[in-house]
Amino acid sequence: MAGIAPNTGGKTDSGPKTGGSGGYRGIIGPLLLPTWVMIGVFLVLPVLLMAIYSFLTKEFRGGVIWDFTLAAYDQFFLNRGLFGDEPPVLEWTYVTIFWRSIWQAGLATLVCLIVGFPTAWFIATRPPASRAVWLFLVTVPYWVNLLIRTVSLKFLIRDTGPLNEGLMALGLIDAPLPLVNTNLAVQLGLFYSYLPFMVLPIYAAVERYNFALSEAAADLYADRWTILRHIVLPVVRPGIIAGCILVFVPSLGAFLAPDLLGGAKTFMIGSLIDEQFRGSQGNWPFGAAAAMILMTLVLIVLLIYARAQTKGEPR
Amino acid sequence: MKGVRHYPGFLAMAVACLVILYAPLIVVTIYSFNGSTSITTWGGASLRWYGAVFTGPDAPRFKAAAWNSLSIAFLAATTATAIAVAAAVAMIRGGRFRGKSLTFALINLPLMVPEIVTAVACLIFFSAIGLTPGYLTILIAHITFCIPFAYLPIAARLTGIEESYEQAARDLYATRAQAFRLILVPLMMPGILSGFLLAFIISLDDFIITNFVKGAGMETLPTAIFGSVKQGIKPDIMAISTMMLATSVLFVTLSYLANRIGQKTRS
Repeated sequence: MAGIAPNTGGKTDSGPKTGGSGGYRGIIGPLLLPTWVMIGVFLVLPVLLMAIYSFLTKEFRGGVIWDFTLAAYDQFFLNRGLFGDEPPVLEWTYVTIFWRSIWQAGLATLVCLIVGFPTAWFIATRPPASRAVWLFLVTVPYWVNLLIRTVSLKFLIRDTGPLNEGLMALGLIDAPLPLVNTNLAVQLGLFYSYLPFMVLPIYAAVERYNFALSEAAADLYADRWTILRHIVLPVVRPGIIAGCILVFVPSLGAFLAPDLLGGAKTFMIGSLIDEQFRGSQGNWPFGAAAAMILMTLVLIVLLIYARAQTKGEPR
Repeated sequence: MKGVRHYPGFLAMAVACLVILYAPLIVVTIYSFNGSTSITTWGGASLRWYGAVFTGPDAPRFKAAAWNSLSIAFLAATTATAIAVAAAVAMIRGGRFRGKSLTFALINLPLMVPEIVTAVACLIFFSAIGLTPGYLTILIAHITFCIPFAYLPIAARLTGIEESYEQAARDLYATRAQAFRLILVPLMMPGILSGFLLAFIISLDDFIITNFVKGAGMETLPTAIFGSVKQGIKPDIMAISTMMLATSVLFVTLSYLANRIGQKTRS
């Protein structure tokens, strides 16, 4: 608890800008204690414990035996043959699942960006009254239960669903498009789940954009798309990066979209981890190891993000 | 003037965006009023599936699940909001102190860690300390991940409130508690309300973490719906979905109004 003491190295008088006018400086510790306890005990500690579990031996009824081993990571990356006595080669099963997840999440981010940027731009350039309505309309789905949205999407695109029936009634197709259980369906699900996460931060950035910059460029005979590429995009870049992170990170560990809309061929990290904790066939250390690898990936993305943010600052 | 704001095709994209976001929800809402037992054919408008939700064979299960969901969301959102108010006051009004950036990182941690990782970590932790999975474990997990969602609107609101109001109160011999209760809390109220509503919805929305820490026999609405959907989408699920949809829309509207009031009171 030593880290909580107010910094007495600085000013001790409470000027108006240094805070403390309400007299809260003396009770910072007690005010923050509940936050530390809840997040420290019920998130940081569990994640550390999970890291330890990934190095333990699996118990066959689910759970672990306290014997330290690298078996879980070995199983993830290496194939030692059926009886474990062959020279190890790279195991592709799980690497493929992770690669598919990264690829799907990346594509979902790109598609969200392609649809989200024009939408955010369009909303931010409306007059205030209609802007509020557009913003409201884009926000509503974000508040609707993700499970319900995913189930609704499945209902819409399934073989005998309204989309296929409608297209067949119009004579555009002869047989239903087999959408469910494909990578395309999972992709659509991810895109649909996280689209609002892309629109909102970009909107916030475009709203602060100074259109005089565009006008100056237009006066100097730059065309629209040149302005967009060389003036607008660099200025609103932080919003775009934030949107990409908000779509990519949850897509990477998504469970509902791949599970409900996909099949065995569209298996993603979320389902792989989930499977390790279901019933007696589970493998807790392996699940913990897969979760550790996922968290490492997310951490790398967040570090790149932090880099990009600080790089953008001095401009 | 208008030229630099307008890009051809952007309107079409915005409309497409709304169509994509709403089409599945509208279709399910329409089909929830379908009178037919088949989900494919239209059998005239009817409320029978709404009746089935309340009186059908699955009714007790869904009632119990709904009660669990709502009571957990209420308790988790209330607790998380109280914790977040205390944290926001310390972070925004406490000036500079050691461990501030660490605390900030800690508050935002639940947003950074992928949900499935939090779920696994909680399951392992609760099983290691011997806490039986059930209502309590769900509640604890929900309070934890709701804290940042409650914190963000509250901190944003508090940042916009000038310290002079509290200073004036303190100059007039109000105690710290009085200044907090009579001056700061009313000014923070729109933020507190937004934070509470956001936390409530986030708790109600959660599937993955709940599914990991709920234990056998315990259900919340999302886990109960997920269990049913695994055996195929039935009409009563669409009726439940539509009711949850309506609840969500109600909440957004409330939160929107809270913000509007907030903007008016912000001097």
